[in-house]
Amino acid sequence: MTQVILGGLDGNRTWRLADYVARGGYEALRKALSGMTPEQVIEEVKKSSLRGRGGAGFPTGLKWTFMPRNYSGDKYVVCNSDEGEPGTFKDRDILRYNPHALIEGMILAGYAMGATRGYNYIHGEIWSVYERCEEAVQEARDAGFLGQNILGSEFSFDLFNHHGYGAYICGEETALLESLEGKKGQPRYKPPFPATYGLYGKPTTINNTETFASVPWIIRHGGQAFLELGKPNNGGTKIFSVSGHVSRPGNYEVPLGTPFAKLLEMAGGVRGGRKIKAVIPGGSSMPVLPGDVMMQLDMDYDSISKAGSMLGSGAVIVMDETTCMVRALERLSWFYHEESCGQCTPCREGTGWLYRVIHRMEHGQGRAEDLDLLLSLSDNIQGRTICALGDAAAMPVRSFVNHFRAEFEHHVTHKRCLVEGSARQEKVA
Amino acid sequence: MDMPFLSPHDTDLGTPEKISDQQVSLHIDGHPVTVPRGTSLMRAAALTGLSIPKLCATDTLEPFGSCRLCLVEIEGRKGFPASCTTPAEEGMVVRTQSTQLAQLRRGVMELYISDHPLDCLTCASNGDCELQDMAGAVGLREVRYPSIEHHHLTAQKDDSNPYFVYDPSKCIVCNRCVRACEEIQGTFALTLSGRGFSSRVSPGESQPFMASECVSCGACVDACPTATLVEKSILEAGQPEYSVVTTCAYCGVGCGFKADMKGTEVVRMTPWKGGKANEGHACVKGRFAWGYATHKDRILTPMIRKHITDPWQVVSWEEAIQYAASEFRRIQGTYGRDAVGGITSSRCTNEETYLAQKMVRAAFGNNNVDTCARVCHSPTGYGLGMTYGTSAGTQTFKSVEHSDVILIIGANPTDAHPVFGSRLKKRLREGARLIIIDPRRIDLVQGPHFKADYLLQLRPGTNVAIINAIAHVIVTEGLVASDFVNTRCDMESFQAWKAFVVQPHNSPEAMEPVTGVPATQVREAARLYATGGNAAIYYGLGVTEHAQGSTMVIGIANLAMVTGNIGKEGVGVNPLRGQNNVQGSCDMGSFPHEYPGYRHVSDDATRHSFESAWGLPLRKEPGLRIPNMFEAALDGSFRGLYCQGEDIVQSDPNTQHVIAALSSLECLVVQDIFLNETAKYAHVFLPGSSFLEKDGTFTNAERRISRVRKVMPPKGGMSDWEVTVALSNALGYPMHYSHPSEIMDEIARLTPTFSGVSYDLLDRLGSVQWPCDDQNPEGTPLMHVGSFVRGLGQFMITQYVPTDEKVTPKFPLLLTTGRILSQYNVGAQTRRTANMAFHSEDRLDIHPHDAEDRGILDGDWVGVSSRSGNTVLRAHVSERMSPGVVYTTFHFPESGSNVITTDNSDWATNCPEYKVTAVQVTRVRQMSDWQKYHQQFDEMQQHLLRPGPEQMTPS
Ligand SMILES: Cc1cc2nc3c(=O)[nH]c(=O)nc-3n(C[C@H](O)[C@H](O)[C@H](O)COP(=O)(O)O)c2cc1C
Ligand code: SF4
Ligand code: SF4
Ligand code: SF4
Ligand code: SF4
Ligand code: FES
Repeated sequence: MTQVILGGLDGNRTWRLADYVARGGYEALRKALSGMTPEQVIEEVKKSSLRGRGGAGFPTGLKWTFMPRNYSGDKYVVCNSDEGEPGTFKDRDILRYNPHALIEGMILAGYAMGATRGYNYIHGEIWSVYERCEEAVQEARDAGFLGQNILGSEFSFDLFNHHGYGAYICGEETALLESLEGKKGQPRYKPPFPATYGLYGKPTTINNTETFASVPWIIRHGGQAFLELGKPNNGGTKIFSVSGHVSRPGNYEVPLGTPFAKLLEMAGGVRGGRKIKAVIPGGSSMPVLPGDVMMQLDMDYDSISKAGSMLGSGAVIVMDETTCMVRALERLSWFYHEESCGQCTPCREGTGWLYRVIHRMEHGQGRAEDLDLLLSLSDNIQGRTICALGDAAAMPVRSFVNHFRAEFEHHVTHKRCLVEGSARQEKVA
Repeated sequence: MDMPFLSPHDTDLGTPEKISDQQVSLHIDGHPVTVPRGTSLMRAAALTGLSIPKLCATDTLEPFGSCRLCLVEIEGRKGFPASCTTPAEEGMVVRTQSTQLAQLRRGVMELYISDHPLDCLTCASNGDCELQDMAGAVGLREVRYPSIEHHHLTAQKDDSNPYFVYDPSKCIVCNRCVRACEEIQGTFALTLSGRGFSSRVSPGESQPFMASECVSCGACVDACPTATLVEKSILEAGQPEYSVVTTCAYCGVGCGFKADMKGTEVVRMTPWKGGKANEGHACVKGRFAWGYATHKDRILTPMIRKHITDPWQVVSWEEAIQYAASEFRRIQGTYGRDAVGGITSSRCTNEETYLAQKMVRAAFGNNNVDTCARVCHSPTGYGLGMTYGTSAGTQTFKSVEHSDVILIIGANPTDAHPVFGSRLKKRLREGARLIIIDPRRIDLVQGPHFKADYLLQLRPGTNVAIINAIAHVIVTEGLVASDFVNTRCDMESFQAWKAFVVQPHNSPEAMEPVTGVPATQVREAARLYATGGNAAIYYGLGVTEHAQGSTMVIGIANLAMVTGNIGKEGVGVNPLRGQNNVQGSCDMGSFPHEYPGYRHVSDDATRHSFESAWGLPLRKEPGLRIPNMFEAALDGSFRGLYCQGEDIVQSDPNTQHVIAALSSLECLVVQDIFLNETAKYAHVFLPGSSFLEKDGTFTNAERRISRVRKVMPPKGGMSDWEVTVALSNALGYPMHYSHPSEIMDEIARLTPTFSGVSYDLLDRLGSVQWPCDDQNPEGTPLMHVGSFVRGLGQFMITQYVPTDEKVTPKFPLLLTTGRILSQYNVGAQTRRTANMAFHSEDRLDIHPHDAEDRGILDGDWVGVSSRSGNTVLRAHVSERMSPGVVYTTFHFPESGSNVITTDNSDWATNCPEYKVTAVQVTRVRQMSDWQKYHQQFDEMQQHLLRPGPEQMTPS
């Protein structure tokens, strides 16, 4: 089975430039610089049907065409390595074990969009990864892959790693730009979009680490080959971070369209042979789906979205039958309440109330009207805020309540948990 | 004739105006609208009279899009875009009301109110709260959230600032205050600390306001839609009933204000959005420091006394004026017609100043009238008059928005002209380049999001050397704007000037030992000024108050001409005037040699026009300047002086000399609101009125004439102009005016550059910049477009001559002086306000090296002595000064800053050389002799003012 990013790696032993080159690294760059126009590079990416791996799944090739062509000033490409979505832990493995894939991908992106500088914004809580990226960038610079007139071409590009401060919201692309500019990380309103007004007000394209790291393979083997790895409109392989109640949690790179059941099997199945209850298929911001629904689905953007959730960042959170859904949601709501940047009212005030109302329920103080209040509050947040964190806070609430309403009602009426053996039961009054 | 009362509430179009040459048309709720491209949907809707609910938007700030109340529906777009951040586009069809929008807005309001105290009835902003208004507008009827864990309701108030309170429990986190501090004021004192639900407005790093970088401009208080940031005066007095537009009486920026009134009581001063000088911004002085107007120290009754050692006798207006008139007549009878004179003030209105000079010329029958502008900007009048033909700045303040390079010389706008300083900082944040020529590291050298490209930190007194060096570079490196010079300037004068500046002794290298500024820096700065695009010069008293003040003004004028930086937006020569009406008092002819409009008294045609209007013959010989009056007083030929609103004892140089002169007068009449330092030497005291108590006009540094409007009756019973009229009548020269507008009508009749000015015009336009005449019926924002007022621009040679004030082993340091933000000049007003909390004493700034040499520590008492005298101040060890230079402010009489300054003055205009005094500084333990004298004399005078009961002698 082809692995675009994680293939051929051996833990900490194979991240250096020499290893990467031995795996065919920087061939794509040579190929592009010696024989492809920037437009042709974008064309290949478009053909590959690579979709953004950061969460929204937006077609990458299309995004790259939004950058103004004949712009005279600076343009930037920015890599979003802020990876803060609960359940997601793939980007840090890419940075740690295959940093040159990202570097080569960003150089290619710079070439394709006429950008002369790239920034890699790395999550604030992973210092050693940042240090490794610094070493890798230095290797690339020393080898002439970064800097002036790369590989003797007209093209010059340099890349800088930036160590963030560990706020989830800094993963939102415009908050990330603010943070990169040295300001408080808070999303900007859009439009204008980064392609017209990005870093320091200049045209900027932001992609996820995994998105960039897929590009060298696409250029080397052609967009069509990448597309064929997956399925139409869902090209390539995808790294899934499988966590929760499974035997072997970890990152699994599989073709898009792989059945969920197969992925679960690769992760060793549900822990302790218990029954699967629910799965969040794309990171904590995405709607939860009941386990039996999931067992019928394939892991690709379109299938998951048809079932009412989203593939998101590819973080698969598996919950078994002992999970109290009220308690799980309480924890998630706490996260969004904590991480809301606080700019817009529905999110700032609303995430607080979501958490507080659910917290009361979980602690046996829920009122009959609270479930509807939660749904109406979610309506008031979703789609009405500056950035998608508002949606991310509201969507889990709606899906949890919709799919597991009985469990919530039980908490309200009986002031205790429905789930036998729930670790929390004894605490409920 | 007066403007009608205004509502204290301004209309708010939600987002700022956008300028574009393209228009877009769209439909909002079925109404067709056409607006400039870039205009927000919110503003477009407001322009058609629709109001979309909003809380985080206001038309003085860029939109932010955070409250989410203003969401609308746009046909063909999904979701609910925010109308404040979405630009109008051609053909859009927008709905601002629908069931879904109503539900959504109610949802937002419900969330707001779920964490807001419900004490509206007892809240300071009751009746002036946008949160209240919006709750009403969206029809909020219930709050469904259970009342648990209300996080912010118990938050601590911060009342550290003397003028406003911050009550976080009421904060709706709309960010307007933060943006106001950034975008309008440019101080960046505020931030929203914390994240999400715990976000709170925080000055500095969660400090109290007073401990933060805040400069108390009040912009955040204005911007706040709730009672979170609210004036203490409103907390005390309640909401105003009505507002009257008037003009700040402090600095030469001339900010427009709304006096927010309750009956005849001012409850707040808010910057007026329609004020073209300030466009809705203000500084701590104009915004907050108006309490002096009702201070207990105000003297409200006329008083007379025979000798300055006699107790003051309270008398009627009638008696005081008769006494003063008879004294002046007696003196003239004994010592001759020229033995009396008058001094007008840049603090008074145009009308008052005009009347005072008229009284001197017509009733005294001589030309012995001078103004305190003598001691600040007389060289500006002279220098710009000679080179360009007009004694005034060339631009509007707004012009700086088009500048690419800004050159600041001897000015400190962020302290002395704060509202202009904020405009300037905004332009710097947008990327304009900055060159500063100043002996001090002023705040503009580096600030939030800007940094000066060059600081030429010269030795005091070497301005002309620097300006010549810059000119040398421009000419020798071929950077002259030849087209401009060839077509607009007098070529003969240019050739002569050119031959002069190219001489090697003017090169930066040759001047380096004189100025102390590295030649390479001068060269680079000169190139930047000449080639960086639109270049504008702003200068202050650091240029004029020198022995070569006029030469320097000419040097500046030459520089602007040789680079073609005159006659368009973004360029020019801009004097920053110290006081509110410096420009006006000069325009009004309060000079011994000039009639209103800068026309010489010896010019027959002009004089005849005044003679026929005033109905008597006038003298053609110039009268005495202020320094000449002092000398004449000491030699016995000058015996009586009428001093209107000006504290010459504290503000003129060499205090002991001034005191000696005043002590020798037989009749000194002082008209002022307080018993100022000069009044302590007076024989007649006539109570003055503050700017809140009179009608008139002020003219700011942009030549902008603005109305001052009476909001309360004169506390002493008479307005200042009425007092002058009464005195003139008593002197036997009757004046007939029933309102200051009639004085302005007379000024307009007799002064060509003012011929179009009237109160009606001012009411209609808000303000007008002179020249205002038939050709320019709405005034002249930009001067010298196409040609100079004098025809061809005149270059003049500016030979550098070192000042006589040289450092010696005895006086090894150079003292220079200046002002601070929160205090104003002699401090008579600001010292009687809570501004004392910001600055309560003058200190001597001294470089750490100089301090160490003398064993001086920060806070030590130090003696400062010069050839004129000595005084004692507290030291402030600071790296703002270069070694060898010390600095102090002059806001407190007991500091005696002017005891040390000398008699040196500008060669052309006698403007004193305040900015350069050679001094020695030593550690001391006690007050100087002068300070002891001052203290005793002050105690005696206070005593004579309010004698204890046992000393009251029945009269
Ligand atoms: C609250 C929030 C957090 C986000 N965090 C991340 C993140 O950690 N990493 C990431 O790549 N994208 C994150 N995103 C998505 C980015 O905004 C952006 O869509 C993405 O970086 C685009 O890259 P892509 O097109 O390659 O997916 C986040 C979005 C939101 C709203
Ligand atoms: S939705 Fe939340 S996180 Fe996003 S901008 Fe608004 S307050 Fe900030
Ligand atoms: S008063 Fe002015 S300087 Fe102070 S915080 Fe408010 S806006 Fe900023
Ligand atoms: S203090 Fe006022 S202006 Fe500032 S965020 Fe709070 S409510 Fe808004
Ligand atoms: S800047 Fe000057 S005119 Fe404006 S408020 Fe301050 S003191 Fe008054
Ligand atoms: S007014 Fe538009 S979002 Fe607040």
